[in-house]
Amino acid sequence: MRVVLAEDLFLLRDGLVRLLEAHDFEIAAAVESGPELTRALAELEPDVAVVDVRLPPTHTDEGLQCALQARRNRPGLPVLVLSQHVEQLYARELLADGSGGVGYLLKDRVFDAEQFVDAVRRVAGGGTAMDPQVIQQLLSRRAADDRPLARLTPRELEVLELMAQGRSNAAIAGQLVVTERAIAKHTSNIFAKLDLEVSDDDNRRVLAVLAYLDQGR
Amino acid sequence: MNTNTKSGSLSTRARDVVVAAGRGFVLALVSLPGAVLGFTLALVSISLIPVGIGLVTTPWVLDRVRAFADWRRVVAAEWCGVLIPSAYRPVPEGRPWTRTYAMLRDPAVWRDLRWLQVDMTAGYVTALLPAVLLFYPLEGIAVAAGLWRPLSHWGGYWYGFVHVTDQSSAFGAGALALALLALTPLAPRLVTAHFRLTRSVLGASQRELAERVRVLTETRRDAVDSSAAELRRIERDLHDGAQARLVAMGMDLGTIETLLDKDPAKAKQLLAQARQSSVDALAELRELVRGIHPPVLAERGLGDAVRALALRLPVPTEVNVELGGRAEAPVEAAAYFAVSEVLTNAVKHSGADRIWVDLHHEDERLRVTVTDNGKGGAVIGAGSGLAGVERRLGTFDGVLAVSSPAGGPTMVTMEIPCALS
Repeated sequence: MRVVLAEDLFLLRDGLVRLLEAHDFEIAAAVESGPELTRALAELEPDVAVVDVRLPPTHTDEGLQCALQARRNRPGLPVLVLSQHVEQLYARELLADGSGGVGYLLKDRVFDAEQFVDAVRRVAGGGTAMDPQVIQQLLSRRAADDRPLARLTPRELEVLELMAQGRSNAAIAGQLVVTERAIAKHTSNIFAKLDLEVSDDDNRRVLAVLAYLDQGR
Repeated sequence: MNTNTKSGSLSTRARDVVVAAGRGFVLALVSLPGAVLGFTLALVSISLIPVGIGLVTTPWVLDRVRAFADWRRVVAAEWCGVLIPSAYRPVPEGRPWTRTYAMLRDPAVWRDLRWLQVDMTAGYVTALLPAVLLFYPLEGIAVAAGLWRPLSHWGGYWYGFVHVTDQSSAFGAGALALALLALTPLAPRLVTAHFRLTRSVLGASQRELAERVRVLTETRRDAVDSSAAELRRIERDLHDGAQARLVAMGMDLGTIETLLDKDPAKAKQLLAQARQSSVDALAELRELVRGIHPPVLAERGLGDAVRALALRLPVPTEVNVELGGRAEAPVEAAAYFAVSEVLTNAVKHSGADRIWVDLHHEDERLRVTVTDNGKGGAVIGAGSGLAGVERRLGTFDGVLAVSSPAGGPTMVTMEIPCALS
């Protein structure tokens, strides 16, 4: 699997390259600025891009803007955005085109190599990887005045949170140490209570949940 | 030597008198028509504002008036060393009516118009007097020398209060002329008096300046105090938080090193602990950074930073932004933290279930309005968050207004003068 990596801090870039190579990714390019990233994404056609939000030369949200532009040029181009801080505002912009293949994680998440690599693979496969902090913020905002959410059991809320992060039923079952069948039952309960259309497609399911949590804002 | 010096000083003085008379004459020649023209045009232009023409012409006319006043400031400093302070507000670029509006709100512009009236009367007289003091005695001497004959041909001629009809009365006129001539050394002082008069009308008043200095001193002290307090807080947070966690992490890593061979299971457990310490340290640093300068503010500017802030609030908040560019970083940060404080207040105390934030920029001012549908009763009191906001804005000459009747709604308006780039 070919990766284009954009990160301006040498130590982090180096670490990410080693981490990804250790997990059998091929690093097509590891760049350190916005213009280089744009060029690499256009010329190298990677399977997934791992991008830091803040890049030179402007040191603003240049990485995010390059990633969004690249996705407009090539819809569905898988992009995993990393940042020192997560904002619902940016998450919403990444999810806005509704085509999946999007990740948005705190840089701290690379500490857990297995989960991080899993997130990169999921995004490359057209799935979603949203940072637990983004989901928690969404949930705590919605919980205040949302009747359907209040009808969920604590266990269902837990499943909903993991599902919104983009995890598959199998992964959720693994984390909560229950069978996949139990998780399937929870998810269908959740969809019924939130009045969402049930879908077999994992990815569509995640996007529906995210849209539900973010609605009305 | 002595006589030389004396004659030298005499001739210097004579030259001073002639120069002063000449300058006064020039001033009189320029000031009367200039002032009358300027005042009339300004009056006409301002009174034509209701029909629209005045909106376009007023900035032009007031610009000319200001140029006229500025010329007088220059000659006052060059000729007599009289410094006339000028305190015009900057005029915004753009449409004529925004310029007209901004100019008419400037007290210095109204001072110009008051000065024009003084300049065409008292100003004109004080400028003309030095010239009169020099030329009128010359005429009197000429009259005594024989000019009286043709002048009194048609039944007498008045020189001052002397009725000249024959040679003896002509000598009387000559005596008066000599008496007046003795007064000519006053000419330079009269020109100075003219400029002093100008300064008293045209210069920004001492009281205004003193008031401005008082406000600046106060806001500077507040700014220094609050930034020192901020630094202390940051130091404490780093010391007790991230720094302590890094120390703990280092210790854990040292222990792991020794345990690696002896007790791998224990080492693994400590590794997990060290990793958790690093996660916690990062989380604390992130919060600290958010308090110093929010990342979204650096990356996107004020509008999106407030949008991101609104998304974190438990109360649904609508944000409307109309900004054509970005303000300077310190202004953006001050505005952001002011909005943040006001929003926190609204969430904590108002009981509102909806908040609206509006940001826009007009007339060289950034204006932020935060409205909530809560129970009202907010005041800018000692110890309230709003007093802190007021101080914070004061550093940038910003102001805060609160409208919060009991029963609500509460509307907090903040204004900071600034330019966008």
